Amino acid sequence: MTTLQPSAQSRSARLAAVAGSGQFLRLLARIREAGLLIALAAIVVIVTVQAPRFLQISNLRQILLSVSILAIVAVGQTLVVLTRNVDLSVASSVGLVAYVVRDLLRDHPDIGIPAAIAAGLLIGALLGAINGALVTIGGVPAIVATLGTLYVYRGVVFAIGGGELITASEVPQGFRDIALSRPWGIPTPIIVAAAVALVFAYLLRSTRFGRELYAVGSSPEAARLVGLSVGRRVFTAFVLCGLLCGLAGVLWGARFGSIDARAATGIELQVIAAVVLGGVNIFGGSGTVLGAVLGAILLGTIQNALIILRLNQFWLQAISGAAILLAVTADALITRRVRRSLVVRLRR
Amino acid sequence: MRVAFVFGWQMSRKIEGTMSSPVISGATAHPSPASSPAPAAEVIGVAKSFGAVQALRAVDLTLYPGETHALLGENGAGKSTLVKILAGIHLPDEGEIRISGQAVTLRSPLEARAHGIAVIHQHPTLFPDLDVAENIFMGRQPRGRFGQIDWSAMRAEVDRLLAPLGVGFDSSTPVQGLAIADQQLVEIAKALSLDARILIMDEPTASLSAREVERLFAIVRRLRDHGVAILFVSHRLEEVFALADRITIFRDGARVITAPASDLTLEATIQHMVGRQLQTLFPKEPAEIGDVVLRVEQLTRAGVFHDVSFELRRGEILGLFGLIGAGRTEVARVLFGVDRADSGTIHLDGKQVSLTSPAVALQLGIGYVPEDRHRQGLLLPFPIASNVTLPILPRLSRLGIVNRPKERDLAAEFARRLQVKAAGVEQAVAALSGGNQQKVVLAKWLAANPRVLILDEPTRGIDIGTKAEVHHLISRLAVQGLAILLISSELPEILGMADRVLVMHEGRITGIFDRDEADQERIMYAATGQARIPA
Repeated sequence: MTTLQPSAQSRSARLAAVAGSGQFLRLLARIREAGLLIALAAIVVIVTVQAPRFLQISNLRQILLSVSILAIVAVGQTLVVLTRNVDLSVASSVGLVAYVVRDLLRDHPDIGIPAAIAAGLLIGALLGAINGALVTIGGVPAIVATLGTLYVYRGVVFAIGGGELITASEVPQGFRDIALSRPWGIPTPIIVAAAVALVFAYLLRSTRFGRELYAVGSSPEAARLVGLSVGRRVFTAFVLCGLLCGLAGVLWGARFGSIDARAATGIELQVIAAVVLGGVNIFGGSGTVLGAVLGAILLGTIQNALIILRLNQFWLQAISGAAILLAVTADALITRRVRRSLVVRLRR
Repeated sequence: MRVAFVFGWQMSRKIEGTMSSPVISGATAHPSPASSPAPAAEVIGVAKSFGAVQALRAVDLTLYPGETHALLGENGAGKSTLVKILAGIHLPDEGEIRISGQAVTLRSPLEARAHGIAVIHQHPTLFPDLDVAENIFMGRQPRGRFGQIDWSAMRAEVDRLLAPLGVGFDSSTPVQGLAIADQQLVEIAKALSLDARILIMDEPTASLSAREVERLFAIVRRLRDHGVAILFVSHRLEEVFALADRITIFRDGARVITAPASDLTLEATIQHMVGRQLQTLFPKEPAEIGDVVLRVEQLTRAGVFHDVSFELRRGEILGLFGLIGAGRTEVARVLFGVDRADSGTIHLDGKQVSLTSPAVALQLGIGYVPEDRHRQGLLLPFPIASNVTLPILPRLSRLGIVNRPKERDLAAEFARRLQVKAAGVEQAVAALSGGNQQKVVLAKWLAANPRVLILDEPTRGIDIGTKAEVHHLISRLAVQGLAILLISSELPEILGMADRVLVMHEGRITGIFDRDEADQERIMYAATGQARIPA
């Protein structure tokens, strides 16, 4: 055995390096969230220097309020993206629910607000179920299936509403209070979004269902081998995403003064932007609710900063896009660097 | 060449004697199968066909608790089909599976698992994004009072399972960064946590270094001594003889023989597998060795390999041997322009060249057949013709438009020369057997008409019959004047094929041997970093 000493030593060094690499990779997973916080802090500092009122409570409240609905949908999108799918129909779902709930309350104010909310959630879940069925039973790739339903759902809203506008005065004040009330001085949508984020963060972190979503997205084949029904998990993710779109739709319907069939058009790209910016792997298997929510907040903050700084609103899209590219590229570069340095360490 | 193989077997004994830690003992006393009355699993008259192909014809196999049973056969002999039936992936058309005497139907991997069967595939199927603990407990995580996952209990249990395996990772290591050998240990830990009584391993050592193989075998022997029945599929016969108590050989979907390993010689085993008298396994023909084509001097890529120097001549096959991680493939990648060297020079025909990309290397006449043909060598869904002509498309095109008939003719010509067994050059590569896929990769690089051909593990994972064909082919290429750098982990292959053998260890060249002075011991000592053979 004595002749083997040098090799044995280098082997144990290698093993130690492998064990160390575990911690390294785990740290890496946190880098994105830390990076988002740093970016957020940088924006806050820069903008505050320019315009101190940026940091006023009322403005911070405004940022979070404007982000809250987006964040709720981003949480739903995260569930779907984790499973290697994507839901492009979220904006249409939100718009459909927002319009239908208002329509319902205008024509039948006596059914009551709780029933209207329940209907909104149910419709959302149903829309999600249709997406899920197309993908899992129909075998249609998610990006195609939900592109189809994006148009179909929006078409349904137009069919129901035509060009008609439903103004604030046509629905009960109690409904509008869902979005406008401020318990403890905090607007309700922010509280709802925070609750959603907490519940789903817990779900993803600490329940079998949550971990199985990661498993399914990380390796569908391995998931099948351990007896997980991939289709069922994917379907459930779509339903939950639809449900959250329903919730977001209710809040949308309550929050804005007047609503027409174009409600929430185009937010699906902001939602996906938030999710990707938040470090959720677009190919499934990794990412967190916290990241997605931070991504949404960062986008909302940039938007707000542009207003405060009186910059052209049209810059927003370019800046959001640049932020995403920056975040994803930095991520990829760091990961590659770390990998390479790991390999070098292992080989030595 | 029979000598090389027999010698190889003695060699593996030798490795065992010198290298194994005290825990691993080569010849442990264990209950002989005959004395264990109750089989752990029985396969009785199982048949399975896929379309017109009869994959299994009424095979029988009995596994006893506490035995390691090797399943051998050429590719297509039906080993994988049987493994998949036992794993619950396929249902047999006929016949019966019994577990502990009870007839069972294994409809899914889950049902197989419920019956105590654990399967370790050649490429472990794990969740790369999740950590070791989650991989072991996915779908059955321990839960707390509110149904939430009990992470600390899970981690503690996994660390307890890992402790006796002597691994360099723990329960919270992400699987992403683990080597294949370590991933297999994760699978073994999973089998342990399931309390599996039947462990099936499909080519587990194909991507492991000698040391990792030793560690795996030590663990397998310990499981066997605890009464686990082990079915072991392998192409590496030396390993089979080092590990197996009994051997079953399949040929063309039928069982040829089941016998105690001690009753079979290596020669007899190979004959049973191929069903024909074995002529020469490594038919290196004498080739005229010409001028130096490739000269490498002091090539270094920091942290990967250092001061690599050698010469390669026309008509020469230069073997490059080393254990996994020695840096062989990394050298090849630099020679093909994939990676850049930090220092050192490369000369082609006496002129210094700068290999900045594979396209440049190709143009200068260097071809590289990569190790992982699925990922690096072939476009699986594409037809044979497109694969073969990929590197030379510019030559087949005018104004950017490919001359399809010309492409087809050229591909057909090479497919014929290399004896690719396929319906035609329009057949998708994915539908070919491993050996034939390898021939397509070879055809692809030969079509580019290189002067230097780098072959990285050209026969890994292909059966003995095709292997001989590939060797014959390589030899003929050398005769035709190609300079060949042959990277291989198989000593018999290197000894049989190479005119000279270059040995690497941890990124450095530790030995260069001429054909007549190369022997297994010398090469192995160099490959393990030992300066010389002790007296």
